[in-house]
Amino acid sequence: MEKKLPTIEIIEKYCKGCHICVEFCPTKVLEMKGFVASVKNLEACIKCMQCELRCPDFAIKVSA
Amino acid sequence: MAFDYDKYIRPGKLPHIWCPGCGHGIVMKGLIRAIDTCGLEKNNTAIVSGIGCASRLPGYLDFCTLHTAHGRAAAFATGVKMAKPEMNVILVGGDGDGTAIGGNHFIHACRRNIDMTYIIMNNNIYGMTGGQFSPCTPTGAKASTTPYGNPDPAFDIAKLAIGAGATFVARGTAYHATQIDKLITEAIQHKGFSVVEILDDCPTTYGRRNKFKSVIEMMNRLKDVAVPVKAAEKMTAEQLQGKILTGVLYKEERPNYTDEYAKVIARAK
Repeated sequence: MEKKLPTIEIIEKYCKGCHICVEFCPTKVLEMKGFVASVKNLEACIKCMQCELRCPDFAIKVSA
Repeated sequence: MAFDYDKYIRPGKLPHIWCPGCGHGIVMKGLIRAIDTCGLEKNNTAIVSGIGCASRLPGYLDFCTLHTAHGRAAAFATGVKMAKPEMNVILVGGDGDGTAIGGNHFIHACRRNIDMTYIIMNNNIYGMTGGQFSPCTPTGAKASTTPYGNPDPAFDIAKLAIGAGATFVARGTAYHATQIDKLITEAIQHKGFSVVEILDDCPTTYGRRNKFKSVIEMMNRLKDVAVPVKAAEKMTAEQLQGKILTGVLYKEERPNYTDEYAKVIARAK
């Protein structure tokens, strides 16, 4: 059965590029693209919501 | 599912002014989740602050908010609570605002045990005014006004609050994000003056001067120094050296000011 992937929305206007989401993601889903975070490997996402929880800038929304 | 923060934030106010990696945003999210858990109504909740980076927080929240004079959050909040005792009053501010300029208001609010919640974001420095040392700057740390190291010992906000008579005192960190909303929820539900100190990071004015290479290093320091109260019971004094206790540190039931004052009004009639 195909794994249902979550959607990770990154509001680029809000992101200040602090690296917190990239660093604290346990499965390294995110990466920095220039000054803002972006999704690199969505298949690895385990929906732990750490990125959304820790983003100080309200820039990440994860929906399963 | 993603938590809907947007319904509690004033439209068009984001992005906020805090620097990249500043923990105030994490605390604000924790506060929003705690308010949501407690089911506080927007029109029946006042969020009061003084001046400083942390005190910008009420500006973003869609509640009854009050941005007051430096250090005077507790004074204005006392006024709000006395005029409308049924209102939920939450104070937010930084360590400099709360314990230096507003130190007097803070200890007397604790003493009176007014039914309010004070969230102090302790980032060890005056961030907004250019990195001057605050009463919470650790001994030896560098600030713009202590370039050769701070000779003063730092305040322990939790001990100060307990000593002054607060009836609920808790401490969390910006790293332990899920703990923040649990502590604030418990503080809001407590009847009496509750103090929640959140250890925070200031990468711009504190981290830069004190050899922290990145925001991540500052966050990991918070992770390393924090020891939950229960775990600390099993540790020796040697192991606890340099550690900071987190969790609910103190809780007691005592008559609160609002109820006592209502009795005074009844007696006077």
